[in-house]
Amino acid sequence: MDHANNSAYQAIPRWVYALAAAGGLFVLLPLAAMVARVNWPQFIPLITSDASLTALGLSLRTSAASTLLCIVFGVPLALVLARGQFPGQRVLRAFVLLPLVLPPVVGGIALLYTFGRQGLLGKSLEIAGIQIAFSTTAVVLAQTFVALPFLVVSLEGALRTAGTKYEAVAATLGARPTTVLRRVTVPLVLPGLASGAVLSFARSLGEFGATLTFAGSLQGVTRTLPLEIYLQRETDADAAVALSLVLVAVAVLVVGLSYRRGRAWIPAEAAQ
Amino acid sequence: MTFTLDATLGARGFDVSLAVGPGETVAILGPNGAGKSTLMAVVAGLLRPDAGRASIGGRTLFELGPGPHAWTAPHQRGTALLAQEPLLFPHLSALDNVAFGPRSAGASRSASRETARHWLAEVDALPLASRRPGELSGGQAQRVAVARALAADPELLLLDEPMAALDIHAAPMLRRLLRHVLAGRRAIIVTHDVLDALMLADRVIVLEDGRITEEGPTREVLGRPRSRFAAGLAGLNLVTGTITAEGIRTAAGQLFAGQHDDVPGPLTTGPSTSGSDGVAVFPPSAVSVFLSEAHGSPRNSFPVTITDLEPHGDQVRVRAGELSADITPAASADLGLVPGMTVYFVIKAGLVSIYPA
Repeated sequence: MDHANNSAYQAIPRWVYALAAAGGLFVLLPLAAMVARVNWPQFIPLITSDASLTALGLSLRTSAASTLLCIVFGVPLALVLARGQFPGQRVLRAFVLLPLVLPPVVGGIALLYTFGRQGLLGKSLEIAGIQIAFSTTAVVLAQTFVALPFLVVSLEGALRTAGTKYEAVAATLGARPTTVLRRVTVPLVLPGLASGAVLSFARSLGEFGATLTFAGSLQGVTRTLPLEIYLQRETDADAAVALSLVLVAVAVLVVGLSYRRGRAWIPAEAAQ
Repeated sequence: MTFTLDATLGARGFDVSLAVGPGETVAILGPNGAGKSTLMAVVAGLLRPDAGRASIGGRTLFELGPGPHAWTAPHQRGTALLAQEPLLFPHLSALDNVAFGPRSAGASRSASRETARHWLAEVDALPLASRRPGELSGGQAQRVAVARALAADPELLLLDEPMAALDIHAAPMLRRLLRHVLAGRRAIIVTHDVLDALMLADRVIVLEDGRITEEGPTREVLGRPRSRFAAGLAGLNLVTGTITAEGIRTAAGQLFAGQHDDVPGPLTTGPSTSGSDGVAVFPPSAVSVFLSEAHGSPRNSFPVTITDLEPHGDQVRVRAGELSADITPAASADLGLVPGMTVYFVIKAGLVSIYPA
């Protein structure tokens, strides 16, 4: 332990390391316990059953769609919150972030009373021949509802860090606001946007409560992987554990990919 | 085709009106917090004044206050801004940074890159074309930023202390470059450095506390300063007071004998008349330091308390409040000067210029 460590002085007391280790264990230990319970000989058949593959496919497709919706609506929201100046801005931010702290089942109920048959918009949509509740669209909406704040928070932070100096210079060089957004703002916050999108995707993938409440659990239509796992747990614990491991693997892959991304130019060089 | 500005911002105590002719470069000088950057932001359209108007050759940039309202967005003003930091877009190569202006104006990718190459060559930075801003030194980045501002073909180029963030080796090179590219171009340059004003500007405007305190041709203002700030920049002592037959009398009642300097300049209205406001200006090298009062040929002699001693070239600068004297290190040692000491500043009347403020 005495060999030379040339890195700079770090003012972290030893007991902080001890607590940090305990915190890390708290996350890792349950995962390890789950892995220990996996029925390895039956693993491949368990995760390649019809029901499992259908659920996994549905999860990936709906999560991709939710992530897209999060980008389409989340980028403008983050821009307006970070750059705009208007009355009610703080209230808007609070409400956009609400799904972060709301129990997902509450979100599901709220969505049901909005898009459900008797809901606020649902009635009109029903007349137009569009039925959303208990469809795959409902799954996407439920996931978008809970995942949107992740993208907004992450992107708003990136926008505030990037500041407006580059945008001001771009404007004086003759760039219209849309050109500034496309050629300066978005490229500058691309790392923040990417990590926000990844977080949204991961949150969509894990969504359970709002989906079950608003979309139900119909195999191939609304039964995503978390719903399938919950269902299997009642009847076939081995299948539930195997599928859980798949979900963990996908999550690790997604988060790992986003952190491996080099932060090519932000922020050290940008500060020059 | 004159640029005119008239703007007030109550919250910042800012009230400025100025004009810049075609092809004219104006230097804005002033202490920190005088409102120089506010002025630039107002012209560029990044800050909205409370009231006022601005136009370039009949084209209105803004018109605010009672009556008609007009506001031209920054991207439609043709007022490219070059700041202290180069602020090159970090995700674009030097070439694409310079091509940004022409591209935004609607030029094709290849045409805008052609323009960019021309301006990079103009600032001696063509070999840097493919580099990312992160791979450029501070001086190189600022040169590319100059090219980027010029490539936008601005009607009015705004330079906000472009040399301030550069090291002492990069600054002279950029100054020479700016002298080359600013020739015949309409520009406003904010600076702290009297050298910038001398080399780059046709005219200087001294801004203090949000107001113009002095303006005129660069040599005129630096040679015959009327504000303490301009005198400090020019390295001259300046004493304000009321003109008398012998010189001027300060508000404290002290008399400064000097030569009435009535060379009519563009700003002098006529010969100095007794009783009007005036200034006495003399270089620190004209001031001698004595331990006791000196008499004799017409000279000014008065006691001062030394506030600071500092090296100034191969001389020692003796500061006493607002006034300073340059003496040799040997003389300083002989006199045993230290801050807090009371000495006599002695100035020959023939070396003091008196003119109306």
